[in-house]
Amino acid sequence: MRDNEHRVTQTLDSRLESVDSAEQIAVGAAQRAGFEDDDLMKIGMAVREGMVNAVVHGNRYNDKKKVRLSVAHDAEHLQVTIADEGDGFDFEHLPDPLAPENLMATSGRGIFLIRSFMDEFRMRHLDPAGTEVTLVKYLVSK
Amino acid sequence: MSVKLNTRQVGDVSVVDVAGRITLGEGSSAMRDAMRELVSKNQKKILLNLGEVSYIDSSGIGELVSGFTTVTNSGGQLKLLNLNKRVKDLLQITKLYTVFDVHEDEASAIRSFA
Repeated sequence: MRDNEHRVTQTLDSRLESVDSAEQIAVGAAQRAGFEDDDLMKIGMAVREGMVNAVVHGNRYNDKKKVRLSVAHDAEHLQVTIADEGDGFDFEHLPDPLAPENLMATSGRGIFLIRSFMDEFRMRHLDPAGTEVTLVKYLVSK
Repeated sequence: MSVKLNTRQVGDVSVVDVAGRITLGEGSSAMRDAMRELVSKNQKKILLNLGEVSYIDSSGIGELVSGFTTVTNSGGQLKLLNLNKRVKDLLQITKLYTVFDVHEDEASAIRSFA
C-alpha cells in the first residue's frame, strides 16, 4: 500500500453475523475507493466466501477463536486480508470444483469464486496456527 | 428473515417463489427445508422461481445442487425460473448453468415438465 492508504482493521467473532459485518466493511471501503456496482458485488461476494471459510472451516464457530479482518485501499487497489486461528488445511491441493467428478458437489466452490472475482488471491499458513487469505482488486482490473 | 419462500401449485407443478438472500445460514437452510418437504410429499415437478433472489453465495449454490440431486434421484424434475444476471453469471462461472433447465417464462417452464 502507498500514500493515501485508508485501512480498517477489526477483530471479529466466529459467527455468521461476522460474515455480514465483514462484507459491509469491505464494500463500504470499495465504494469509497471508487469501485463500480459490478465490482462491488464481486468484492462483497469474495469477502463473504473468505469469511465463511474462516468462521466455519477455520475457527469452526469457536467463540474463543477470532477472525482478523483488514481492509485497505489506495488510489489503485483494495486489499482485504482475513486471518483465522484454525488448524490450517492443505490449500495447495484443493479439489477443482469444475472437474466433472466435482461438478455436483454441494460444497467446495468458495475459493474458486474468490479467485474468479478478485484480481489476486493468496493464502498462507500462520505461525503458530491459522490461515490468512489476501484478496486484491484493482480499480482498473488487470 | 433473509429469505422468503412461497409454494404454490400450478397443476401438478410445485412453484416455489424465492425472494431475498440465499446465503449460508437461514437462507440456505430454508431452501433445503422447502425442497425436502416437497420431495417428502412426493412432489415430482418442482420449479424454483428465483426472480426475487437478490443474492446467492456458494452455500446457496450448494443447496440448489443438493436439491437438484435429491429431486432427480427421487424420480422428479427440478427446474429454475427467472434468473437475474447475478445468479446466471454464478451458475455459468461454476459450469452449472447447463446442468439445470433454466426458463425465463413461467408458462413455458410449466409446459416443459414431462
